[in-house]
Amino acid sequence: MIRIARQILRTGIVTEPFIPEARDQIREIGSRLTARIRKRFRGSLTIRQVDAGSCNGCELEIHALNNPIYNCERFGIHFTASPRFADLLLVTGPVAHNMEIALRRTYDATPSPKLVVAVGDCGVDGGVFGRGYASLGGIHQVIPVDVAIAGCPPTPWALLTGILQAIEG
Amino acid sequence: MSLLHDAIATALDAEIRLDPSQHPASVLLCQVPREKFVEAARLLKKAYALLAAEWATDETAFGRGYGIYACFRWGPEYLIVKTEAPAEDPTFPSLTRKFVPAYRFERQIHSLMGVTPVGHPDLRPWIKFEDWPPDAWPLRKSFDPSRPLPRVPGEYAWARAEGEGVYEIPVGPVHAGIIEPGHFRFQAVGESIINLEERLGYVHKGIEKRFEGLSWQEGCRLAARISGDTTVAHSLAYAMALESMTACQPPPRSQWLRALFLERERIANHLGDIGAIANDAAFAFMLYQMMRLKEMLLRTNHQLFGHRLLMDRVQPGGVTADIDAAGRAEMLAELDILAREFERLVVIYDESPSLEDRVKDTGVLLPETARELCVVGIVARASGMNLDCRIFNPFPPYDQYESLELNVPVMVTGDVHARVWVRINEIRESIRIIRWLLDNLPAGEITAPVGRPGPDGAGFAAVEGWRGEIICWLQSGPAGEVSRVMVRDPSSVNWLGLEQAIPGNIVPDFPLCNKSFNQSYSGHDV
Repeated sequence: MIRIARQILRTGIVTEPFIPEARDQIREIGSRLTARIRKRFRGSLTIRQVDAGSCNGCELEIHALNNPIYNCERFGIHFTASPRFADLLLVTGPVAHNMEIALRRTYDATPSPKLVVAVGDCGVDGGVFGRGYASLGGIHQVIPVDVAIAGCPPTPWALLTGILQAIEG
Repeated sequence: MSLLHDAIATALDAEIRLDPSQHPASVLLCQVPREKFVEAARLLKKAYALLAAEWATDETAFGRGYGIYACFRWGPEYLIVKTEAPAEDPTFPSLTRKFVPAYRFERQIHSLMGVTPVGHPDLRPWIKFEDWPPDAWPLRKSFDPSRPLPRVPGEYAWARAEGEGVYEIPVGPVHAGIIEPGHFRFQAVGESIINLEERLGYVHKGIEKRFEGLSWQEGCRLAARISGDTTVAHSLAYAMALESMTACQPPPRSQWLRALFLERERIANHLGDIGAIANDAAFAFMLYQMMRLKEMLLRTNHQLFGHRLLMDRVQPGGVTADIDAAGRAEMLAELDILAREFERLVVIYDESPSLEDRVKDTGVLLPETARELCVVGIVARASGMNLDCRIFNPFPPYDQYESLELNVPVMVTGDVHARVWVRINEIRESIRIIRWLLDNLPAGEITAPVGRPGPDGAGFAAVEGWRGEIICWLQSGPAGEVSRVMVRDPSSVNWLGLEQAIPGNIVPDFPLCNKSFNQSYSGHDV
């Protein structure tokens, strides 16, 4: 227990404005996110992430949003287990043929008004997997998309920018 | 000749034929008649071989029928046994009764290539869902992959358990967290799980078929996206298999850099896993500490090599990113911080009795079961199997035993605790390897030209990714184009291990067990 306390004290607060090259931009994005979420979502934007067929690369970067460095909760962004509580669906993919129905059901289970953000080059247009018998291409082929975030995978700061764009739009 | 070849050659001497079109030369391809396919497997099993993969090819373009390949391994040797099924009679004898992992491989061959394993106990479709047309066989050359599949009615037949108090819990494909899709069906009595059935295939994107429409170079970009967290290892396996077919020798500096990327990928993923396992045992402190260290690594990757996950840094013929003196100094400084912080956290992990209580004797995969299932990688090493391609099938620089002195951690308890400790020790070892790589990095070029494979050849590579052994097998067509790419992610065999490790555990421990295996869905569902 003492070791844990000591480690916590030694670590201190590591949450930071952002990486040097994006610091100014992200500080601004952070404050805009906070302001917007406070106004439109009563301080709490709840996200359900859906993997509709990705390679797991996008998931790693979405996980990173929750690490102590990016710490997206400070802006009021939370991830939920159920689409019933979600304001926004964060969908990665290309949409796999075998996930199409599950994606539609998740979308239908999310209460309106709802936002959909397609993540990654595959989410935009199918990326390297293209369109074929098992890959239906971008997320917009199956459900309506509000904002698409390019990148393979998009960096955490690109993800935050995309989320901001969705709630400002 | 090799030990495995001798094992089948003595009994089947006149009936096997060595195929010289297989590269590299150290991997033998023996062709046996269809009726001797099981006999060959039986002889190899007697010689202690493990089944590494089984797959089928459509060779009608060469005027042949379907090729069925089974890849066996023992120690440093790989041996591929091939048999042919004529196009008018697409069947072959099943190996499932000899080798358990053939169970999934053959269901997949049956579903996607339409070649029937005769004697297989369970021919329910695998990867292919019940709403696909029954005659849709995407891996056949006659299949048109550009058209979307129509949906037909159908129902999957789940394994059932009946009895008083038995109930069923369906989970997925959309799980609670930020995780890939799959479906798990538990039968439980009270808290105890009596059976787990996995159903995968939700992220099947037709990757193996997709390769067939791409050039050899473009294929590497696709290979890098088979499983996003194993991008270095998968693109490396693809690149090495292609290089073996074209007699391309990547420059030494690029091989050192490849190893460097591979070890950095290993550390980053292991850090994430240790944190996530601890978090599933309600020890969030460890998750955030580990995520902090992982983020540090990813940032250094971004800064030095231009990509956080190192995607597309490995290419056929070499690598696309180099490191200079300043980068080297930076990485060494980063490793010092990482090593120091990590060791502190290991002490905390080790001294937390409440955590120990959750992870010990949970999700046990016994060594004898592990061997029977031919599992690989961290799962195998936590269950007493000393398997590691970096030792048994090394590419440079791993072949420099004397100065590298690679140490592979092996545990025997096969529980969550063992899988965590294998990861901890691998991180320590990888940090040491990276320092060694940076100290011994040869100067010179980082790419070499890659030729075009000749017609009707095959290339093979096995690479130790962070999850375990990755196998990539390539076949060229009549004009030297891509004819077939077979990818065997470690998850393809290790998923069977999870299914066996779960019964007897309580339902709330499933996430903990699952996380300790941490298998890829995308890599499995290719």
